[in-house]
Amino acid sequence: MQLNREALTRAYRQMKLIREFEERLHEEIQTGEIAGFTHLYCGQEAVAVGVCEHLSERDKIVSTHRGHGHCLAKGCDVTGMMKEIWGSQEGLCNGKGGSMHIADIDKGMLGANGIVGAGAPIAVGAALSNKIDGPDENGRLAVSIAFSGDGACNQGTTFEAMNLAVVTKAPAIFVFENNHYSEHTGDAYAVGTAQDIASRAEAFGMKVWRADGTDFFSVYDTFGEVLEFVRTPGNGPAAVEFDTERFFGHFEGDPQRYRGEGELDRLRATRDCLRKFREKVTGAKLLTDDDLDTVDADALQAIEQAVADSRAAARPQPENVLENVYISY
Amino acid sequence: MAKMMYRDAIRGTIFQEMQRDPRVVVLGEDVVGGMGTAGGPEAIGGIWSTSTGLYDAFGPDRVIDTPISESAIMGAAGGLALAGKRPVAEIMFADFIGVCMDQLWNQIAKFRYMFGGKSVCPAVIRMPCGAGYNAAAQHSQMISQFVTSMPGLKVVMPATPADACGLLRQAIRDDDPVVFLEHKFLYAMTGEVPDDPDFVIPFGHARLARAGEDVTIVASGMMVGYAETAADDLAQDGVGCDVIDLRTTSPLDEEAILDSVEATGRLVIVDEAPPRCSLATDIAALVAGKAFASLKAPIEMVTAPHTPVPFARELEGAYLPSPAKVAAAVRKTLEYR
Repeated sequence: MQLNREALTRAYRQMKLIREFEERLHEEIQTGEIAGFTHLYCGQEAVAVGVCEHLSERDKIVSTHRGHGHCLAKGCDVTGMMKEIWGSQEGLCNGKGGSMHIADIDKGMLGANGIVGAGAPIAVGAALSNKIDGPDENGRLAVSIAFSGDGACNQGTTFEAMNLAVVTKAPAIFVFENNHYSEHTGDAYAVGTAQDIASRAEAFGMKVWRADGTDFFSVYDTFGEVLEFVRTPGNGPAAVEFDTERFFGHFEGDPQRYRGEGELDRLRATRDCLRKFREKVTGAKLLTDDDLDTVDADALQAIEQAVADSRAAARPQPENVLENVYISY
Repeated sequence: MAKMMYRDAIRGTIFQEMQRDPRVVVLGEDVVGGMGTAGGPEAIGGIWSTSTGLYDAFGPDRVIDTPISESAIMGAAGGLALAGKRPVAEIMFADFIGVCMDQLWNQIAKFRYMFGGKSVCPAVIRMPCGAGYNAAAQHSQMISQFVTSMPGLKVVMPATPADACGLLRQAIRDDDPVVFLEHKFLYAMTGEVPDDPDFVIPFGHARLARAGEDVTIVASGMMVGYAETAADDLAQDGVGCDVIDLRTTSPLDEEAILDSVEATGRLVIVDEAPPRCSLATDIAALVAGKAFASLKAPIEMVTAPHTPVPFARELEGAYLPSPAKVAAAVRKTLEYR
């Protein structure tokens, strides 16, 4: 699938924005300024962006605890997200949700999630809603995507959701990002189907795809095929497994004693989706290094500004604790 | 007004709301029944007869017969609601809440708050509940204590066919998630139900089922009928009871309870759930805290014992509250000096 300069630049900027967002959080969290648990998406950017670049606001996604990349890729405001992680009253969720519960319903982003495996049934519900709404003027259905990892693929909720989607022919897409670690445990141990998640989806009766999740073009092209299938009324759901990598720990503060000798350096050197993207597009003379450097500077500036704005943003007041629930006792 | 059964009030209200609002969707196990069988769709029509005819009228997109997958049902209800629909999900037996607690407690109940008030979650979760059918420990429980304790949920316990209609219509039209606890033993109860297709009963307003001056009895669900029977018996002996039907346990009509206790000075709480950390203890704490000076006697609680629900008729009878147990509690509070 050939992308024009504008689309390539946009995709790269989205990936770079996620990378800088996460790298900056990694630094800021160590100062103690940011509270709570944070799970960084660094290394997996090509999946979120390769998927979401295909979507419109009619399409819905449900994310995970490692959700910043999905949120940014689906169009959530970068400053609103940063303010939320800072716990500001001006954050996307008024400081009520934090890193694990960022949502923007208007953008079709139905929530990150603190419970591993909880998202898939919710995504199927949204897909059933798409099915009720029916195809658009071009005869295509809106879809709903459940992002899950190699941890969530072991949860019964994910199995239930896959079966329900199949039997109801819901236009749902199960995107499995296998980063090979569920928390602190390897997929070689925890995923009983020989580290293969897609075969599980296949066993539920779905058509499945597999691709390299560290290569944006592999993700983008593969997901285009998945989407073409699921947008067609009557086909029902599908699944895709992306082989990807997590550059940081399960959560910020994770000592990562489970990593092999030199593993992280090797992953950054050989499995970095941003590096691969740059090599491909400059090699093919689609974009120049200068073009990409300009995007890099622009993304960095956006993150600088978001952090500065978050530091200056209004803090919630104690009385805000009682707001947004229907009744307070 | 039309005379009908509690179950028909529920089915009829869902039917009317589905006609009125295309966003209303039904889902659950066997809500159609017969899918994938020789008998075909509607061979059953829901095991409680609360969804009969919906599939034929509204089709498979809006009447979604699901596999036995409570987490998927509950989660899908949440997803449908976030996506702008108004799902009415059935968990066949309230006891199965254990299978799907995460989707109710961590997801549906919390969306609006976690997302900073920028989403609503208009999901109705119907849960047939309660004892009386010798269905034993996993098909008979009263779960009001769990769901009432969860911030973000509204909890409804209709005691009559008219209330089942008016409260369910309010639940479907409400923007917050509502757990609708239908007592299985009330399904065959008959009563007058208003014909008005916009008849709603607002949440948080208790119903005074009987009026009297001597003792306040607070009850909900099937316990309301027990309290009324007890009150009628006691009236023969000249004892007058207020019977307060809570209708909704969250929000709770604190004012109705406190006003009555301030007038009578004596309180009996009837609760089908076990006694610890329950509606009964919650209301007792409320009254002790806010109407202490009005009390003329210790608060009496008529509840199930702290055991699972037993099977045998004799045992289940001993487990459940009864009109006689309620009357005895009323007499005890009157005898206190």
